[in-house]
Amino acid sequence: MYDGGKIIAGIIIGLLLLTFPIWYGLGRAAPKPDVKLPVKEKECVEPKAYMKNYHMQLLDLWRDSTVRVAKRSFVAFNGKKYEMSLQNTCMSADCHARKTEFCDQCHNYTGVVPYCWDCHIPPKEEPKKKPEEKH
Amino acid sequence: MAVNRRKFLKIGGASILAFGARPAADALGISPTEWLDEKLGGFTIPETLFHLFRKPAGSVAGEALTAKRWAMVVNVRALDEEIAEACKEACHRVHNVPEIDNPKHEIKWIWQEEYEHVFPGQQHEHVDDALKKLPFLVMCNHCFNPPCCRVCPTKATFKRKKDGIVLMDMHRCIGCRFCMAACPFGARSFNWIIPWPRAGAEEERRFKGKEPPTPDYPTRAKGVVEKCNFCAERLAKGKIPACVEVSQELCNKKGREPALVFGDLEDPDSEVRQLLRSRYSIRRKPELGSNPNVYYIV
Repeated sequence: MYDGGKIIAGIIIGLLLLTFPIWYGLGRAAPKPDVKLPVKEKECVEPKAYMKNYHMQLLDLWRDSTVRVAKRSFVAFNGKKYEMSLQNTCMSADCHARKTEFCDQCHNYTGVVPYCWDCHIPPKEEPKKKPEEKH
Repeated sequence: MAVNRRKFLKIGGASILAFGARPAADALGISPTEWLDEKLGGFTIPETLFHLFRKPAGSVAGEALTAKRWAMVVNVRALDEEIAEACKEACHRVHNVPEIDNPKHEIKWIWQEEYEHVFPGQQHEHVDDALKKLPFLVMCNHCFNPPCCRVCPTKATFKRKKDGIVLMDMHRCIGCRFCMAACPFGARSFNWIIPWPRAGAEEERRFKGKEPPTPDYPTRAKGVVEKCNFCAERLAKGKIPACVEVSQELCNKKGREPALVFGDLEDPDSEVRQLLRSRYSIRRKPELGSNPNVYYIV
């Protein structure tokens, strides 16, 4: 093999560069998402496991139903009735009042950028000084 | 290749089915697609399948105002500058419509216009001077036959079947602006800039200190078209449109007949029908056949 040393060195350097993201982050994983669940409300509109996996489909259904067919209330799994509104129901003061402590936690961790908040207004969060659960 | 009896019958049968479908559907008074639409409640087939496994969306809230066909009557003689301005202010406040100085970027849901621009076909040089000075309030006409919905490639703008309101689904709008070209009334505005930039966004600096006035109504993103929605979100909560509410309050205070009246065009006893029966009314550009649902008493 002509120039074997150079080629092998090149391959090794190339592999090192390619695997850079793996070994660079080795041993110091990004902090796990720390989702803060609402204190007041104990139940969501569907069981927790369902919400974890399918909240995006549910929100899609909510938006199409509200915007396109004007059906605006949702009968939850426990029989309660909710207004189908991301801004006014999900993010209400008693539920997920802090977007940064709920939505953003997993979305940032997994690099998901939903465009909900281009239009919908996230709840107001005063700049956090001390951990407080007043909101 | 000879056509034998069997093949002839096959072709004949298929032809009858093919050409007979249309008359049969017409005889039933409903087309197959309409029938399917009705059965699925406005949802697509995958969405309906999804509903089978999950709980279906609930029904309309009990307090909602409903009608077969919403319409508005604008009594221009009862309007004045102050009322018109109050209507515009109320509408733009509850829908978070931004105030943008640059006329090229302006967003309008309801606004004042001169007689000659509202009724270009009716304009002549000897027209009543008082009429020329009146502030005509114009908005989306919520046409019965809306040209905007016909051209929309994504069905982002659509006429709601149950009450005839022409709505925008901002989630689907791709900003092609076909609807703006199609609308004969200029009732649609395009978001050339981010109307309410979020904290930290680059545009924020230009709009410093401004926040959407109604936090429970969404804003819009850059690149979508928006227009009057006949206050669909207020109707769902049992309230009449914001402009109508404000104008009626002001007219009451001034001791005039109401300048804006809102109601069901299909209900013969509704306020709008009574007005249309008793007064002479005109509509904008009726010759185009879009069949507007906003009437003007001049």
